[in-house]
Amino acid sequence: MRRMISVLLGCLGIALLAVIIGVSTEAATLINGAGATFPFPLYSKWFSEFQKVHNEVQINYQSIGSGGGIRQFTAHTIDFGATDIPMTAEQLAKSPTPIIHIPTVVGAVVLTYHLPGIPTGLKLSSEVLADLFLGKIKTWNDPRITQMNPGMTFPTDPVTIVRRSDGSGTTAIFTDYLSKVSKDWKTRVGTGTAVNWPTGLGGKGNEGVAGLIQQTPGAIGYTELVFAKINHLSIAAIKNSSDEFILPDLLSVTRAAASVTQSMPSDYRISITDPKLKGAYPISAFTYLLVHNSMTQNKGEKIITFLHWAIAEGQEYAQKLFYAPLPSEMVKKVNRTIEMIRLTPEENV
Amino acid sequence: MFSFSPRPKSRKETHLGDFIFASLLRLISLGLALMLVVIAFFLLRGAFASVSRFEWSFITDSTWDPVQEVFGSAPVLFGTLVSSSIAVLIAAPLSIGIAVFLNELAPPKIGKAIGFLIEMLAAIPSVVYGLWGIFVLAPWLRTTVEPFLSKNLGWIPLFTGPYYGVGMLAAGLILSIMIIPTIFTISREIFKTIPTTQREAALALGATRWEMIKISVLKSSKSGIGGAVILGLGRALGETMAVTMVIGNRSEINLSLLAPAQTMASVIANEYAEATSDIHLSALIEIGFLLFIVTFLINAFARIFILRESRR
Amino acid sequence: MISSVLSQHMTRSYTRRKLTYRAMYALLALASLIAIIPLLSIFGYVLTRSLPGLNLAFFTHLPQPIGETNGGMANSILGTLSLILIASMIGVPWGVGVGLFLSEYPPGKLSSVVRFSADLLTSVPSIIIGLFIYTLVVIPMRRFSLLAGGIALGIIMIPTVARSTEELLKRVPMHVREAGLALGLPRWKVILRIVLLGHSRAIATGIILAIARVSGETAPLLFTSFNNQFWQRGIDQPASSLPVQIYTYAISPYEDWHQQAWAGALILVLLVFFMNLVTRYILSPRGSRK
Repeated sequence: MRRMISVLLGCLGIALLAVIIGVSTEAATLINGAGATFPFPLYSKWFSEFQKVHNEVQINYQSIGSGGGIRQFTAHTIDFGATDIPMTAEQLAKSPTPIIHIPTVVGAVVLTYHLPGIPTGLKLSSEVLADLFLGKIKTWNDPRITQMNPGMTFPTDPVTIVRRSDGSGTTAIFTDYLSKVSKDWKTRVGTGTAVNWPTGLGGKGNEGVAGLIQQTPGAIGYTELVFAKINHLSIAAIKNSSDEFILPDLLSVTRAAASVTQSMPSDYRISITDPKLKGAYPISAFTYLLVHNSMTQNKGEKIITFLHWAIAEGQEYAQKLFYAPLPSEMVKKVNRTIEMIRLTPEENV
Repeated sequence: MFSFSPRPKSRKETHLGDFIFASLLRLISLGLALMLVVIAFFLLRGAFASVSRFEWSFITDSTWDPVQEVFGSAPVLFGTLVSSSIAVLIAAPLSIGIAVFLNELAPPKIGKAIGFLIEMLAAIPSVVYGLWGIFVLAPWLRTTVEPFLSKNLGWIPLFTGPYYGVGMLAAGLILSIMIIPTIFTISREIFKTIPTTQREAALALGATRWEMIKISVLKSSKSGIGGAVILGLGRALGETMAVTMVIGNRSEINLSLLAPAQTMASVIANEYAEATSDIHLSALIEIGFLLFIVTFLINAFARIFILRESRR
Repeated sequence: MISSVLSQHMTRSYTRRKLTYRAMYALLALASLIAIIPLLSIFGYVLTRSLPGLNLAFFTHLPQPIGETNGGMANSILGTLSLILIASMIGVPWGVGVGLFLSEYPPGKLSSVVRFSADLLTSVPSIIIGLFIYTLVVIPMRRFSLLAGGIALGIIMIPTVARSTEELLKRVPMHVREAGLALGLPRWKVILRIVLLGHSRAIATGIILAIARVSGETAPLLFTSFNNQFWQRGIDQPASSLPVQIYTYAISPYEDWHQQAWAGALILVLLVFFMNLVTRYILSPRGSRK
């Protein structure tokens, strides 16, 4: 019996050893980041590819949602944050150290649905979309839906709205869009990373929403484009401000980003939902990394290297994962912004 | 408790080593006792902003709106109460019944085997229950149970509205499974303390075994069983992961058991790491504080119950 | 008393009473069966669904980016073991110490307060402990860390270890202590050498049960040890753990991740059950003395 206990203790000892070795042979620097789930498929690819070229750095990224990214970044529990909606002026003012937004790619929020018998081709106008999410349209055979989609037979199923349960940039982009196109939405719900939903099921993360939609016939919800693509979910075409039904793809999302190249502010905090440009998909956004404008030498250097890599080599991975790369004129500007980050001597930690 | 002991009560700890050792033990024991106070203090400090801003409306208001920064926890309290009640309503009769069966009726070997299996239920981690809930229980509810309930009992407010699989019913069911071992184990312990003579007396007077159970076993352990059920309730109130994974996460008071809901623990698990505004964070900590107080009171109450039983 | 209650029953016919008994017997047997169904279902699914995900890579590889297969949970398994170790370093000495205080020193006001607090602390929802450690450790340290997670689990262990140690030592006969004291040994040596070491096997069962309980905890780790897709880099860095990784994968939409979640669940369940069985095994030859 004593042997068994000693085996157990031995196991624990090995773990202890591993912890200690982990401390002492720390060759690579671990950089911790967290936030948006929206660009997570791309980011997880980036961090793994980046490590192959720069094996002295490991970037640990947890997709806890944009709200969490902002929260934990301002609480200084992580080295960089990630968010799909720019921080508000009020949030920025509260931070003791200045924060820089680095746009990385452009992504689209898509409406995905699970309707047996209608794998593709659902069209929705912005008004119908708002009313679906306000809980005003309750069944799939509602005349407002059927009229917009002639030739399709809709089930009599109730509409199940699936949305985020956590604070999320994807939610912020989507509610920003709904607030722009629906007065009712703007007054009753508003825009934010987490809102008081009139109806629906909550899923955690883009992953959770996509998961719930997959499991619930009659469901409609919003996720980042790649989540819908990877999971082979059906995607609805949305009517834009030029009265065209647009499916989200590289072209239509790039068009949306192009709509603001003239008016881009120096800190990149801008919304590109409901763009006034033909052929543009109406619900897309820049996604950002948040960094401090001054960082300590060791980590700072590595983060800067990564940022430069991300907007250069990193962009190549974007298209494969259905994100639109940054417009080329923006890349130059962003590179200059990254160069402005200051490095300070190592704090005695 | 101890009638006699060689532990010196009055003699001073003369040996220095003894003194140090005893002081050390006393210190860490005191530390443990103070832990509850420290936790309560930290929670209350974190919740201060929310408490002073919303006052009582925090409990009565049913809007949970991070955009307008209005936080009322009524739906969350409601969700906690209902999901735990479902759990207790299902688990209490079941677990007490099992305890009776295994302790009084079943052949000892079978009793031991089943008892072992039920205790194993307690060893399964919460997150594994959640995993099973997402991929097995919820789909089964959605395709089999809920269509039936909705079709045949849809006229009762409890079963109206659309169903999703995940929701209050799923949460209640999974909680009921999780608290069965709690109620079962304590009930069985209590039954074991009942002297055999009491049972024999009833049998000798011509009672059937069932009458004997009713008269000698159940009647005399009423308050202890009550304590066991309340401890089960306490466990259900604070259970986090499994519930978060199957309850559907909607802050809304809805009478239908098919509707999604939110509990105190699940709202913290979902929103705590990602609440952006300070007041949102504070509101979540206040929910944590309320949860702490409620489970504290319930457990204190139940333990006093059981204590009285065992002293008798 | 009994006879008066019984006389009410006696007025009914004997066959009817016998029938009631039979019906109740069947009903209660059925209840026992119903309670076992979820257990069998959970076991069945964990076993069958985990098979496709269980391969060598699962035990040796790190998690891979989305869409790339061949990922594993090696770091989470190590993370869970490390968390258990840190938790034990806090929970075991503290818990055993409190247990000794409760069993070896004369009962007084303090000991009953301590006993009651320990019982109440056991029932504090574990997510509350997570909240507490987030404000106490994570915020001041300015990072999520293995240490924070270990402390959270350690606190959860203390009361369990304390109460089981107390219960086990109460069964130690008085004369054992008396013998030691009679030899002129100081009291603390008697407690440590004779009472504690002499019954280390029994005390170990309490400790293993406490470890089994915390190794499956998820809620207190969400905002303390957080998660990490790499090998952990020291005690002051975020670390992966099996329960958190299972949770993350379970709520994801990827088939591959679901498989891994099931495989992780199997490992976790096996780990916990193994510990439970070990304690049963340790205690069994002494069962008669219980």
